[in-house]
Amino acid sequence: MRTTGERQRLGPLAAIAGRSFQRYATYRTATFAGLFTNAMFGVFVAYTFIALWSQKPHLGGYDRTDAVTFVWIAQALIMPVATWGGGFQADFSERIRSGDIAIDLYRPTGFIPWWLAVDLGRASFHFLGRSVPTIMVGALLFDLRMPATAATWLLVVLAAYLAVVVSFGIRFLVSLTAFWLLDSQGVEQVATILGMFCSGMILPLVVFPGLAGDLLRGAPWAAFIQVPADIWLGKRTGFAVARGVAFQVGWAVLLLGASYVALRRAEHKVVVQGG
Amino acid sequence: MVESIRAYVLLSGIWVRSTMAYRTSFVIMTVSQFAITFVDFVALLVMFSRVDQLGGFSLSEIALLYGTSSLALGVADLALGNIEHLGRRVRDGSFDQMLIRPVPALVSMCADRFALRRVGRVGQGALVLGWALLNAPVDWTAARVVMTMAMVLSATLIFASIFVLGGAIQFWSSDSAEVANAFTYGGNFLTQYPMAIYPAELVRGVTFLIPVAFVNWYPTLYLLDRPDPFGFPSVLRFLSPAVAVLVVAVTGLVWRTGLRRYRSTGS
Repeated sequence: MRTTGERQRLGPLAAIAGRSFQRYATYRTATFAGLFTNAMFGVFVAYTFIALWSQKPHLGGYDRTDAVTFVWIAQALIMPVATWGGGFQADFSERIRSGDIAIDLYRPTGFIPWWLAVDLGRASFHFLGRSVPTIMVGALLFDLRMPATAATWLLVVLAAYLAVVVSFGIRFLVSLTAFWLLDSQGVEQVATILGMFCSGMILPLVVFPGLAGDLLRGAPWAAFIQVPADIWLGKRTGFAVARGVAFQVGWAVLLLGASYVALRRAEHKVVVQGG
Repeated sequence: MVESIRAYVLLSGIWVRSTMAYRTSFVIMTVSQFAITFVDFVALLVMFSRVDQLGGFSLSEIALLYGTSSLALGVADLALGNIEHLGRRVRDGSFDQMLIRPVPALVSMCADRFALRRVGRVGQGALVLGWALLNAPVDWTAARVVMTMAMVLSATLIFASIFVLGGAIQFWSSDSAEVANAFTYGGNFLTQYPMAIYPAELVRGVTFLIPVAFVNWYPTLYLLDRPDPFGFPSVLRFLSPAVAVLVVAVTGLVWRTGLRRYRSTGS
């Protein structure tokens, strides 16, 4: 049972997320255009994977259908999880440059919950507007493996939202560097490269051999696509699902904790320009 | 023509100077452009750590395809990639500025916000292509040297045309910048791999409909002296320059039609 205080805190956050959802929902043409691009890349990457898996039919414990399904899951998650960065970051950087960020620091919801709510609202729209249709296009064109039970679907949704939170933690820390560097573009680009490569977006992390593979599968980016995909494909069942989700929760807590610490230090750097 | 080139150099020079005001930022952005595009090649290397051919092609042969496509796309993107922002200028009416200048609107638009940092992408394409030319099993003759140069030039023209087409489409639909990405960056990704891995219908599509297969695939078949895995006529491997000229002509026509259609914003 929630206390009144909790309700007062969560009400506004839900409202913020709802508005953020609506904001992204207004760009219909852009959504269709983006979907088209996801679909094109989905087709092309799928054939490169088919070429690879036709020679190594059990590479990384995936069969051909798993590999092709992974391609479409990765394409479906680019936007909501913001694999390459983005989402709330554009607004955030702009507000640091203009100094409006000082207003956000005084919001009664708290600074991090505010931006997290904005980003979760955005992601929710992208799940519906981008992920679902991307998977549908993929399923029309290729033979995809779908989650077998309703429980698996629920776990996939949970893992996908946790992926957004982990991604938010990384993006928040990246954007926060602007307090020190004034311009976070360079750091953002490095984060993009890491996101593209370490998430499994370009090649599933199960393919990477040896120590590099172990490191990649333990890094926070593995929470973006690899964990949700392994639940989707049934590579993780029973206790392994719990371990995967715990892995995501662990990174989410760690990154959000680091965000709070970094934010406290950043606050000392804010200089509000007088007029 | 000479006048247009002069104007282009002048306009882009202004942007280069303004970029150089933040030299560190420029260096970081250029290096990261290099790295972001190089990630695709790293993926290829990781694949080849597990297999020694893909679709019947070795790493150095695929690098030949990859390098040509990346270099050509990089040069086209550097020269006129910013045309993708046409939609924004159509929406807010600022495209008017381009029309009242004593320079062709296309030149003005291409030079707008010229981003020198994109040499990062050009660099990685050139590096991979250079490595491939040294290592791929090509029986070098004068004809093959000429073919290599014709291939890179045609590829650049084809990608440049697709950029301009993607921009011109925004005269009709100003929100569809991302559709253009599917053809430019998508076309780049597609042609980084041998067509042999794709189904015949797709290859037919990118040969006769949206002719990106001429970017590198057909000339490379000639360079490597390989038969066409789909049994298409071998004359295709000599047609890249002709296809490039045709694509440029069509693009010019579409651009002009779009330009005539532009009516500025209201109020």
